[in-house]
Amino acid sequence: MINWANFISQCFNGLVLGALLALISSGLTIIYGTLGVLNLAHGAMFMLGGYAGWVAYSYTGSFIVAVIAGSMFVLVVGVVTERVIIRSFYARTPEDQLLVTFGLGIVFVETVRFFFGSLSKMVPPPPGLVGITPLGFMFYPTYRLALLAIVAAALLALYVVLYRTRIGMIVRAGIEDAVMVGSLGIDVYKVFMLVFGIGAMAAGFAGIVNAPVVSIAPDVGEAILVQTFVVVVIGGVGSFPGAVLGGLIAGEIISITSMFDPGYSYVMLFVAMTLVLVLRPYGLLGTAGRE
Amino acid sequence: MLRQRPFLVEALTAAGLIAVPFVLPYLGFTPATVNRILVWGLFGIGFDILFGFTGLLSFGQSAFFGTGGMVAAYLLTVLDYPDVFSAVFVGMIAAAVVGYLVGLIALRRTGIYFAMITVAIAEVFYFVEFNPLAAYTGGENGLPGVPTPTLHLGFTTLKFNTDKSLYIVLAVCYFVGMVVALRIVRSPVGAVLRAIRDNPLRAAAVGHNIHSYKLTSFVIAAAYAGFAGGLLGIMQGFMPPDAFTFDTSGQLVIQTAIGGTGALFGPLVGATVWLYLSDFLQTTLHLGATWKLVLGVVFVLLVCFLRHGIIGGIYDIYRLATGGSAAKAKAGDGTPAPAMTAEEERSATHAALAEAPAAMPMAARRRTGDEFVGPILEATALTKRYGGLLANSDIDFSVKRGERRGIIGPNGAGKTTFFKILTCEIEPTSGRIVFDGRDITGMSVTDVCQLGLTKSYQVNQLFARLTVRENLTISALAELRGKFRLDMFRSVPKIRGLAEQVEHTLALVDLKDRADVPVAALAYGEKRRLEVGLALASSPSLLLLDEPLAGMSPQERVEMVKLLKSISRGRTMIIIDHDMDSLFELVERVTVLQEGRVLVEGTPDEIKGNAAVQEAYLGGVVAA
Repeated sequence: MINWANFISQCFNGLVLGALLALISSGLTIIYGTLGVLNLAHGAMFMLGGYAGWVAYSYTGSFIVAVIAGSMFVLVVGVVTERVIIRSFYARTPEDQLLVTFGLGIVFVETVRFFFGSLSKMVPPPPGLVGITPLGFMFYPTYRLALLAIVAAALLALYVVLYRTRIGMIVRAGIEDAVMVGSLGIDVYKVFMLVFGIGAMAAGFAGIVNAPVVSIAPDVGEAILVQTFVVVVIGGVGSFPGAVLGGLIAGEIISITSMFDPGYSYVMLFVAMTLVLVLRPYGLLGTAGRE
Repeated sequence: MLRQRPFLVEALTAAGLIAVPFVLPYLGFTPATVNRILVWGLFGIGFDILFGFTGLLSFGQSAFFGTGGMVAAYLLTVLDYPDVFSAVFVGMIAAAVVGYLVGLIALRRTGIYFAMITVAIAEVFYFVEFNPLAAYTGGENGLPGVPTPTLHLGFTTLKFNTDKSLYIVLAVCYFVGMVVALRIVRSPVGAVLRAIRDNPLRAAAVGHNIHSYKLTSFVIAAAYAGFAGGLLGIMQGFMPPDAFTFDTSGQLVIQTAIGGTGALFGPLVGATVWLYLSDFLQTTLHLGATWKLVLGVVFVLLVCFLRHGIIGGIYDIYRLATGGSAAKAKAGDGTPAPAMTAEEERSATHAALAEAPAAMPMAARRRTGDEFVGPILEATALTKRYGGLLANSDIDFSVKRGERRGIIGPNGAGKTTFFKILTCEIEPTSGRIVFDGRDITGMSVTDVCQLGLTKSYQVNQLFARLTVRENLTISALAELRGKFRLDMFRSVPKIRGLAEQVEHTLALVDLKDRADVPVAALAYGEKRRLEVGLALASSPSLLLLDEPLAGMSPQERVEMVKLLKSISRGRTMIIIDHDMDSLFELVERVTVLQEGRVLVEGTPDEIKGNAAVQEAYLGGVVAA
């Protein structure tokens, strides 16, 4: 017999997780779409955001400062990584790109482990958002409600950047045809650097705002990376709406399956991915030729 | 390189494995480390076939490593199955079966999609091992008490229960694994796998069923992983659940990249470096958990600066030391041909065509039976629509057997699209194509090539890392072996008729002197001839040529026209080109396309005098 209050609460959890995955996957997918590089260090970016925020929080005690510091730090890490390493890999094979970003992920994770150890860290929610909120039909942790709003706002911001600004137009054009954008006289390298930074920041931002819900540890990014892959496969590579839709689907599948048996959440996720691959090989909102 | 001395590599492997227990302890390797290196090296042999030879980078090999290990360990511990060796074998088979099923899903996509899907699938295995199947696999505890192997020889029983005696078992396993892998990569299957790595689209276009070959490679890699997984449990006396983690897949990828791909020994070299360094950093330098950071940095630097791993680096140095003699020896086509005026070219073409063809023409092979006597190609009402754009519109087209047909038309007339439809690279929006009496509409490009219809491409589509001879071999193999065959243990030179067919094609396209040069070292004109040779080597009865003369010098054009004339005997050809002088010399009839429609069709002389054609090209200004 299903406990309905529990079920609805899990649906909410799924929504929160889904929004978070949507944000992280959007970062991954715009980087891939624009630069053609699948960033295997994307999970590490999520983790770095959490740690940078935690450090800022320990010094200032302010959650807002933590969120800003976490996002900015990862933005800088992203830009520097693109400039120093990724840039020399555009001319190399996709396999080499996978190898180097995979290696970078290890370096980021182990560096954090070196400085902060393997024990997990907690960032408490900001004072106004502690406790639970009655929603009429159920009680729900206040911060998770706030998190849903925060992540939704971040997604909206990303949407505005992608669809309402000049740089966003270039990014979307680059996803369709990067060579053409280059031949229009646009400095693609500058765009690439910025996109890599913004994409990484999306993951870093998610890392710090999620820290009050799930404590952070050096390898917290690994599971996130895998889930992000599933989201991108379901939604379609290079598609921002696909990442959002895929994220919500994956979040709900994980949460609702967990209610019955957490052990099967990945199995169900995998079943969903297989179904999409069989029925719509390019993802729900993807188009052919973006791989 | 490996071909001249057939068993050299095998002998060296055996010698190396025998020498190791006497040498490595002096370098600071413990017996346990040496054993682990062998297990990872064996795991990596299969992975190298998948990644280094087929070009499929999987981040999910842990699934098969774990599956093989768990099945073997379950048999030996829970079920008390007595024989260690056959248990490992069963584990390997289980991993191969699982690999087949996973491959069916993962290989639906290529490139980064493939990498992402393998990661996700491996993660599922990890969770299934930990939760739903914990009753069988021991969950987070794994399966302890895996016995060591014993061998009953009748008069005595050999027990392999120490690190040193286990080395013998592992070394024999590694040796067998290496010998089998060498056979596979030297077989026709291995050749096709390399072709898929270099250019999957062309591998399919010359008539290989690339999906089945990729699946084969995936299953081979899974079997090796399962085999190594089984040995892991025996080596440690315990089957650890972390065999299933992403770290396992990652470590395999790292070791292979460090060692170098495409040589089968790379993973062994990489494992030696990785495991030695991790021991050294942890026990000698007391770095604790920091060892992984150090190795991570080393790995990133290696990927950045040593592109082909350690083995690739050694090979590059070796080539540098020997002065790249092979590459330098024949830098043919170096002397620039004298410039030609259009008039000179025309007369040269004419003279060349009047000469008797140099090489014996190659017979086209008909594969559809001889009963059909109608036109070899009959296309009816072909239309191809891209959204609002009508690339081809209602084209009726018929070519007689043995004819040489030219297709001309201004840029954007839909010529290349038309060719793509005829070879079934793309499906027409409507219409029907009948080749040699058989409806081929909607068939795959591979099947159509197998029937004897193929194309040389406008932009060269070659197998870049293979030599000229190997390129032609790939194409000839498709014709001699069909689109898929699992002759994994046959040696390529032993295939009947292959050598003759390749040599013949080499002679026809005049690349005999350059046969063992890698494609990357060819001049443009030579690449162009090889492009035609690739199509020719499958002895098609209908050959389509998409701008064979494009980008060539006048001298090269004369040679190419001569070549085309000589190969046209006994086969039907359709040629697209913009060089009308040469084309009109060569073909018997010409079809003019304009804006996706057939404008007019006739003999070269009729076309030359046709007012509509002149208008199409000159935009309304009637030529005087």
